[in-house]
Parts: sequence; structure tokens; C-alpha cells
Amino acid sequence: MSDMIDVDGKQYAVDEEGYLANLNEWVPGIAGVMAKQDNLELTDEHWDIINFLREYYEEYQIAPAVRVLTKAVGKKLGKEKGNSKYLYSLFPYGPAKQACRFAGLPKPTGCV
Amino acid sequence: MSILHTVNKSPFERNSLESCLKFATADAAVLLFEDGIYAALTGTSVEAQVTAALGKLKIHVLGPDLKARGFSEDRIIAGINVVDYAGFVDLTTANDTVQAWL
Amino acid sequence: MSEIVKKFMYVNRKAPYGTIYAWEALEVVLVGAAFDQDVSVMFIDDGVYQLTKGQDTKAVGMKNFSPTYRTLGDYEVKKIYVDEASLAARGLTQDDLIEVAWEDMETEEEVDNIVEVIASERVSALMNESDVIFSF
Repeated sequence: MSDMIDVDGKQYAVDEEGYLANLNEWVPGIAGVMAKQDNLELTDEHWDIINFLREYYEEYQIAPAVRVLTKAVGKKLGKEKGNSKYLYSLFPYGPAKQACRFAGLPKPTGCV
Repeated sequence: MSILHTVNKSPFERNSLESCLKFATADAAVLLFEDGIYAALTGTSVEAQVTAALGKLKIHVLGPDLKARGFSEDRIIAGINVVDYAGFVDLTTANDTVQAWL
Repeated sequence: MSEIVKKFMYVNRKAPYGTIYAWEALEVVLVGAAFDQDVSVMFIDDGVYQLTKGQDTKAVGMKNFSPTYRTLGDYEVKKIYVDEASLAARGLTQDDLIEVAWEDMETEEEVDNIVEVIASERVSALMNESDVIFSF
């Protein structure tokens, strides 16, 4: 429960699965550090999804399941991005789970 | 002895409000909060019961609980007084005892 | 996924916030939506209060989960029913309730509001047609 990650000298609590404990604490640097731990370099394409997830959470108060994310991304960012192949190419550990973690959101509702 | 009666359950789900109104006497105050606030709204099947009680009792409703559930003050029965948390405390201290109709 | 599609109905009878039932039910519906069954969500009695517009929980310090109902369409939960008599007994009409949109991604057909207010007889009929009923 009380795992911490270090971002620019500041400590942030994460849960046992690596999700940020307090979503209000999120800063973009957290995504960068989490990505590095997963051996990923964040590009603009990653940020489009991370920002999209944060907006989705702001509006609906949940982190969407992967197929809901896929559908919503397609609607918002275009059909060529609204498919699981594209999203998995960005987030190999699962677009909803991994991207939500980077975005400081809880584990998606409906991911089994 | 003045009593503050509190009701925090929906009048459609339990008889807390009904019992409260039956036993509360003329000088008592009633505070509706949490799911009890639904009794303060106009147009419900318990409105007549509440309106009748207003003839002998002072009835208050907790504003933040009203707001949380999506209702503004213009939806409540005329004569019911809206209080905030500080008002809740004032009611508690202004009365000798509290009877909570759970 | 199983080939046999069953009719699942979630029956909501509790107001939000006063107890944990409403939020728990919503989470179960969203998690269950992954299983591609024929899902309907029914709001009767105090359950209709879950859908009231304009909920603002800042002052009570609880999570406002009323916006989450609007994702039901995204989760492909397309059957949302509200018992008309339960609304009437509470001085409410459909205008007091939030709207849930749904878009068919294949045909791009959009429905602005899938929340249906129905007569009690229809509630009974839909219950009778269900293979599985979950009560909250």
C-alpha cells in the first residue's frame, strides 16, 4: 500500500498495483517516471491518450474500461486511433490499465 | 424539555419520519438531513403529512444534503427552514436533547 | 465469451449517498458490461433519486457519482428504465433526470437519451422476461 515513487525529488504514494494513491496529487512528471519504469519513452501520441483519459475522468468520474476507451478515442481523436492495435502499440501493458496509471487515475472500472 | 428530532432516512423507505411526526410535540424542532431531506420536497406523496406537521412544529432541512441530491431550495415545502452545518450545531445546542429517528 | 446471451436486470431501489448500494450497483453494472449480455438497468422506488440532475456533493465531502451514469451508453448498456409511478410519488418528472446518450459506432446512429420512463405494468413485464435479476 505505502509504496512511493520519486518525481523531481518529491515522494508520491502509489497502491500495490502502482496506481497513484491520491489523484489530486498528479503532475505530468509522474507519467514520465512511471513510463521510464516500464521502459517507455512518452511521445505526443502517448500524451494525447493520457490527457484524453484525464478529461474523461473529469467529466464522468471513472476511468473507462479498454473497449470504452477505444470507442471514445475513436470518436474524439479519429478512427485511425480508435482501435486496440494502435493503442496497444503505445501502451503495451494494456492501453486502459497502463495509460490510466500514467494519468494518475484509478484502475479502470470494468477491466477484468 | 425541548427536543431536537432528527430524521436521516427517506420517508418512502422507512417509517422514521412518520413516527417522528407522531411523537414530536408542539415545541419541538425537527431536522431533516441525509436521505431525510426527500421529505422536504414539494409534490411528493408525503407532502400533506409534512405540511400538517408544520402547523405545530418547526421543521428544518440541511442545505448541503439537499444540494448533494440535486435539489435547490425552491423545491422545498414553504415553511421549512434551510440550515447549513453551523445551523445544525445551533439547533443541537438550542435544544435540551436530541432524539435521532434512525 | 459465452454464446448464450442472457437477459440481466439490475434493480435499483435505494437513494444515492445515504447508503453505499447505489454506487456499488453502478460499479457492478459497469464491470458486468464486459460480458456482452443483454443488460437492463431499472430504477424504482427511491432508486429514481440516483438519476436526479444537478447533484453537487462538494459540501458533504462525498464523491459525486451522478456523472458516471452518463457513461452507461459508452459501456453499451442501452436499456435504462425508470418507473413512472415512483417518480410521481416523489413529485418528479423525466425533466428532473439526467440524460444518457448512446451512439452505435457501426451505423453512427446517435440517440440523445436512452432513459425511458415506463408504466409499472411494463416494469413487471420486463422483470418477468429477465433470466437473472440483481437487486440493490
